[in-house]
Amino acid sequence: MEFKDYYKIMGVARNATEAEIKQAYRKLARKYHPDVSKEKDAEARFKELGEAYEVLRNPEKRAAYDQLGTGHRAGEPFRPPPDWDAGFEFSGASDGGYSDFFEALFGRAARAGGRGRRGFAGGRGEDHHAKVLLDLEATLAGGTRAIGLRVPEVDAEGRLQVAERTLNVQIPKGILPGQTIRLAGQGTRVHGGEAGDLYVEVEFSPHRLYRIEGRDLLLELPVAPWEAALGATVQTPTPGGKVDLKIPAGSHAGTKLRLKGRGIPASPPGDLYVELAIALPPATSETAREAYRALATAAPFDPRAHLGG
Amino acid sequence: MISRDLEVLIGSIVECDTTYSAEELGRLCAADVARILELAEEGILPPARGAVREWRFGGEALRRARIALRLQRDLELNLAGVALAIDLLEEIAALRRRLGLEA
Repeated sequence: MEFKDYYKIMGVARNATEAEIKQAYRKLARKYHPDVSKEKDAEARFKELGEAYEVLRNPEKRAAYDQLGTGHRAGEPFRPPPDWDAGFEFSGASDGGYSDFFEALFGRAARAGGRGRRGFAGGRGEDHHAKVLLDLEATLAGGTRAIGLRVPEVDAEGRLQVAERTLNVQIPKGILPGQTIRLAGQGTRVHGGEAGDLYVEVEFSPHRLYRIEGRDLLLELPVAPWEAALGATVQTPTPGGKVDLKIPAGSHAGTKLRLKGRGIPASPPGDLYVELAIALPPATSETAREAYRALATAAPFDPRAHLGG
Repeated sequence: MISRDLEVLIGSIVECDTTYSAEELGRLCAADVARILELAEEGILPPARGAVREWRFGGEALRRARIALRLQRDLELNLAGVALAIDLLEEIAALRRRLGLEA
């Protein structure tokens, strides 16, 4: 088990006041809160922060922690000395999910508090909530995905542990970002009682072709200038396969064409929006350059007219 | 990529197949009914149908209620602050999606 320097985690001095500790917590909590933060390791940092705050905000725990001495460095192997906490009273139960280090120091108190709430035979197990990131194909075609979850579980002695768990889940076709799948009976199991449910909130990772906007999808389709100007029928990918798409004459960059019902197959199904982007042919040959010059003469055009002046 | 030695679980989409009363939502979020009604009255939970006592909430309300309660607890925000934060978070997520980033 590694020693954790709670003062360092919170960025406060060992003699920080309660007010300073609270202020540091608020500031870091806003930065690393998993609902708010885009930091890569936000969840781990927030958990660590919560653990550090749990100890330093509580005068009894903080005094006990300080008692361990200043000789330890963060991350170094650590074993609590016997009877290290003699004379300290811990009150209140922790939420669980803390590090081994925390559990070794304060776990006994946490367990004593936790036993009343958990492991009560005949009751209903807790519901669990998780979030998964799926590929867009999962909702377009449906199908089964293996979902890795970190699940807090209470072992035979009533200790809280975090277990890695993999579930094969059939993804309902047409599920939308932000929607939740309920898996009955996959929450906490309790001896002699009804198991809780598992709620899995779905998000999608960015897709190579389509931008996801609720139930609608958006595809940027490059067209040649003459296809936009004169109209054309071009092949475009859609989630259901390639289709021929008619580009109306006089289209311009940013023109949006709607393919009704070709978005996420929810009920009602979303639409696919095809947004045109004009791709310029390179003027690398003399013939191509000549054609550009001819166009400039034939169709005088000021692309900056709307800027005024 | 699925694990061969595991059975395949079939779930239901909460939004489409299920709605919750304020009591059920409270139980799912481990919060009092009063807290849920507070969130609904502040406009944090999507519009619910019916008279106050018979409000029904969908899956989106479940998601937002959980975020709201976490923000209230962890950042000690008041209701107005939570409502503002959630609106801004959703706007940021929409903008990030437009940029092709993970929401």
